[in-house]
Amino acid sequence: MSHANNRLTQGGLIDRQQTINFSFNDKPYTGVAGDTLASALMANGVDLIGRSFKLHRPRGIMSAGVEECSAYVQVGNGARHTTNVSATQIEIYEGLNSRSIHCWPSVEHDVGAMVGAFSRLLPSGFYYKTFMWPAKFWNIYEHAIRGSAGLGKAPEVEDADTYEYRYDHFDLVIVGSGPAGLMAARQAAPSGARILLVEQDFKFGGSLLADTAKIDGQTPLQWVEQSLTELQQFANVTLLPRTTLTGYYDGNFLTALERVTDHLAENVRRRGIARERLWKIRAKQVILATGSIERPLVFGNNDRPGVMLASGARSYINRFGVKPGQKAVLFTNNDTAYQSAIELQQKGVTVAAIVDVRQAPPKALRQQASNHNIPLISGSVVHNVLGKKRVTAVEVAGLSAQNTLTSEQQQIQCDLVIQSGGWTPTVHLFSQAGGKLLYDEAQLCLRPDPASIPQELQSVGACNGHFSLTDALREGAEAAHQALLEAGFQSTQANWPEADESSSCIPQALWRVPVRKQGTKRFVDLHNDVSSSDVELANREGYRSVEHLKRYTATGMGPDQGRTSNINALAILAEEQNSTIPAVGTTRFRPPYTPLSFGAVAGRQVGEFFQVRRKTSLYETHQQAGAVFEPAGLWLRPDYYPLAGENREQAVLRECRAVRQGVGIFDGSSLGKLDIQGPDSLKLLNMLYANGWNTLKPGACRYGVMLKEDGFIFDDGVTACLGENHYHMTTTTGNAETVYSWVEEWLQCEWSDWDVYVTPVTTQWAAVSIAGPNARELLQQVGTDIDLSTEAFAHMQFREGTVAEIPARVFRISFTGEHSYEINVPSSYAPALWNALIKAGANLGIQPFGLEAIHRLRAEKGYIAVGLETDGTVTPFDLGMSWAVGKKKADFLGKRALSLPELTRSGRRQLVGLLTDEPAYVIPEGAQIRLESAGQTRSQGHVSSSYMSATLGRSMAMALLENGLERLGEKVTLHIDGKTVTAQVTKPLFYDEDGGLLNA
Amino acid sequence: MLLINCPFCGAREEHEFHYGGQAHITRPADPEQVDDKAWADYLYYRKNTLGLQAERWQHSFGCGQWFNALRCSQTHQFKAVYKMGDDAPEGLS
Repeated sequence: MSHANNRLTQGGLIDRQQTINFSFNDKPYTGVAGDTLASALMANGVDLIGRSFKLHRPRGIMSAGVEECSAYVQVGNGARHTTNVSATQIEIYEGLNSRSIHCWPSVEHDVGAMVGAFSRLLPSGFYYKTFMWPAKFWNIYEHAIRGSAGLGKAPEVEDADTYEYRYDHFDLVIVGSGPAGLMAARQAAPSGARILLVEQDFKFGGSLLADTAKIDGQTPLQWVEQSLTELQQFANVTLLPRTTLTGYYDGNFLTALERVTDHLAENVRRRGIARERLWKIRAKQVILATGSIERPLVFGNNDRPGVMLASGARSYINRFGVKPGQKAVLFTNNDTAYQSAIELQQKGVTVAAIVDVRQAPPKALRQQASNHNIPLISGSVVHNVLGKKRVTAVEVAGLSAQNTLTSEQQQIQCDLVIQSGGWTPTVHLFSQAGGKLLYDEAQLCLRPDPASIPQELQSVGACNGHFSLTDALREGAEAAHQALLEAGFQSTQANWPEADESSSCIPQALWRVPVRKQGTKRFVDLHNDVSSSDVELANREGYRSVEHLKRYTATGMGPDQGRTSNINALAILAEEQNSTIPAVGTTRFRPPYTPLSFGAVAGRQVGEFFQVRRKTSLYETHQQAGAVFEPAGLWLRPDYYPLAGENREQAVLRECRAVRQGVGIFDGSSLGKLDIQGPDSLKLLNMLYANGWNTLKPGACRYGVMLKEDGFIFDDGVTACLGENHYHMTTTTGNAETVYSWVEEWLQCEWSDWDVYVTPVTTQWAAVSIAGPNARELLQQVGTDIDLSTEAFAHMQFREGTVAEIPARVFRISFTGEHSYEINVPSSYAPALWNALIKAGANLGIQPFGLEAIHRLRAEKGYIAVGLETDGTVTPFDLGMSWAVGKKKADFLGKRALSLPELTRSGRRQLVGLLTDEPAYVIPEGAQIRLESAGQTRSQGHVSSSYMSATLGRSMAMALLENGLERLGEKVTLHIDGKTVTAQVTKPLFYDEDGGLLNA
Repeated sequence: MLLINCPFCGAREEHEFHYGGQAHITRPADPEQVDDKAWADYLYYRKNTLGLQAERWQHSFGCGQWFNALRCSQTHQFKAVYKMGDDAPEGLS
């Protein structure tokens, strides 16, 4: 296949001998080493890169860098698929495959383009306005909208690559390797300070890569080479290319994304090497040398392929050795772009005209244009671009003093429009760091306010609003000198070389070029298809704040973050309000500067490393028993233990029956455990729990409810008195850490003079529960030196001894309602204990039971589960647990709040049982109990726990119901997925009401 | 991300810490003597200072100790850290 060849025969930072094959929209092309995807496509004469976001207009290449707002593509496929990346930032590699986005069936023949014809019907806020009503049709609209809008295609399979973090500390971080950054690095290197220089490009040099001005008598490239050679001698200097400083946070904490393998052919990317590395850096001093971005002008059809920034064109011709067109027109309002036009002309692009907004451009420039035979049309504007998929001509007219078009007009044939509306300092990182911007009236830009330097940082060169090469070199050297002194290093006097360029950037403001024909689109933000009329409309509709404008029109959003559009949008908004840019203000820049992949953010924390998984010392034992595990907080706990052919429900019902009829064994090791010692232990328990502890004797256990100071239940559990001033507290699994920090907080912050120590011992002790009518028999059979008679060891007692010859703490407590022992042994003994119990229990019908079974068993007994029956708004009284509140106690956490009006009012939701009229039906947990009165429906309660009970042979539920305790026997109605369910309100207790089994 | 100077361990990354809200809130000695409004104030009402504020932090993934700090809510800069129970240092702004 033959392609147009726009490659120059010589010049540029490319290696013409090293060809690279790639594809775009399934067509094969060839580029060379040193190319970006954009330069390679341009060399092949590909003008049309994609379609625009909303209007599906044809779009080409607008720039040569990070500011690209037009040429977005997707790269790779399958497990290596990245979407919404700008072609100007993709370094090509052998086998690269890339595609357009936003177009169907192809970029040349895009069905969505007909939207463009109706663009008047798609103003800002169109979706909000049109698809608001009727609400129930939204899901129909949404389907169509999502299909036609959106950015690229999301990957459909798991990412094949790995990602990683790296943490580091530096004395000085320099961001950007243009003249200012390189100069700063050279000044700082000899000091021995640890220095990091990051550059987002794959080549160091920044603007110098496309520049021609002399530094110290050298070409810019020679000076860059010399600088790099010098810097590489220093072991204390790290040079990091392909790395974008994406975030600037408090305390000089920086994140930088290093693209490690994206530029390599897929077959040479080595397994185990991360695709991207996210650096997390703490810097003593930072120098921002991030340069500036050329600003486009806002004129008719300024989005046509072939319209680009002058700096971009200069980069293609000088750095990439590619002609961006054959015949160009420069449209400018300032001096800086003249050099680009002249260099294009020198490299063989005919420059048909320079159209300058200014009536009288400086004489030197007029002379230069004339020397190069370039016609200069001053006091004029390009007001319209002709051509659809490529520029074919521009319409030029004179500009009156009132900024209207004069009758003086002409059409100029061309296929390239290069433009410059001035320069915008790249202040994103300064702003992220907390710095304020000030508006520079002369240079028409926002630059860092020197009076508001937020952190240990300095902005130098163009990003500081000082655009000349000389200024960049001087500020770079001076800032490095200053930074070294601040960081405690020696630094010699700042030195910098002379440069023979000192261009000024004083543009003439023209924020909107007038149009001849009403309705001609003048784009402000190409990336989001926002035109000047959208900004005007937003302002008319009252979206007058910058923040509202941004959200209503999407200006400045998306991958390019408005790098080229922000100032123009602000200026137009200011003009519409007869105000000024400083008065309308600016939006603050937020991280990241350029998009971060989800992979980089996740790092290694994917798959099994996504979250910590805690396992009890019985995990393998459960696995061998065929347990199905369930995450409970961070723990993996057995949910049930199916036998061959059993489903979950069958297994759970069998486990429940085993506990009620024989004996079950349960791993409760994850229960939180705190060891409390010291003379003030009792005082502490009395404050932490709502109930009283004074009468708890060594060898006894007591259940307690813990409240927050707001009176609501926070946790519950059993505490045993191990001896004088020594207690063993248990918490729920999920709250183990929370309760410990809660206790510590009170002890450190409020009761620091109390003599008591709390130690978390959750993982020191494994807890194996045996429960059921045969539990005592089982303990006897497995062998223990503890007297198990009821007289010697009653319910809610604790004994120390041996079980199966293992030293153990045995608690006679129960969460199932059955006769039950919780045997605590040092964790490493747990498998031995478990296996001994299973063996000894074989003839007693022993069965392991899991989380689901224990939940059903405790619900039969009406025992609450923190997090189900409580949700942070439930008091002990709501749960009918006034017995667990020590009303005579002088004080405890939460006591005072229990008498606040809200907590004592009538109509609070109270815990009840529910029995459905249809016994086989299990109400879903969370179902609302409806109250219908006077044509209104509202919730009067909700179901907190609901199960099929093996014991009852029917379903049962617990619910929180308004005034529930007074409503026993009443019928309530629930509507669940179109089904009406009626249920009877009962006491929340379905089994062994008098607790005879527990005490037997 | 803040770099926080734990009075016991030295400067550590913010993610090792737990923020504990406004400092120097003392639990009323005899809650039963406090009226409903005063108790609600103690429970729920906190200052929303623009500028220097005293706040509590815990070095939860370090030494576990609580301490107080003076920090500017505007710039996020720490001006001082001091031990629990001590008064805020004066003369800072």
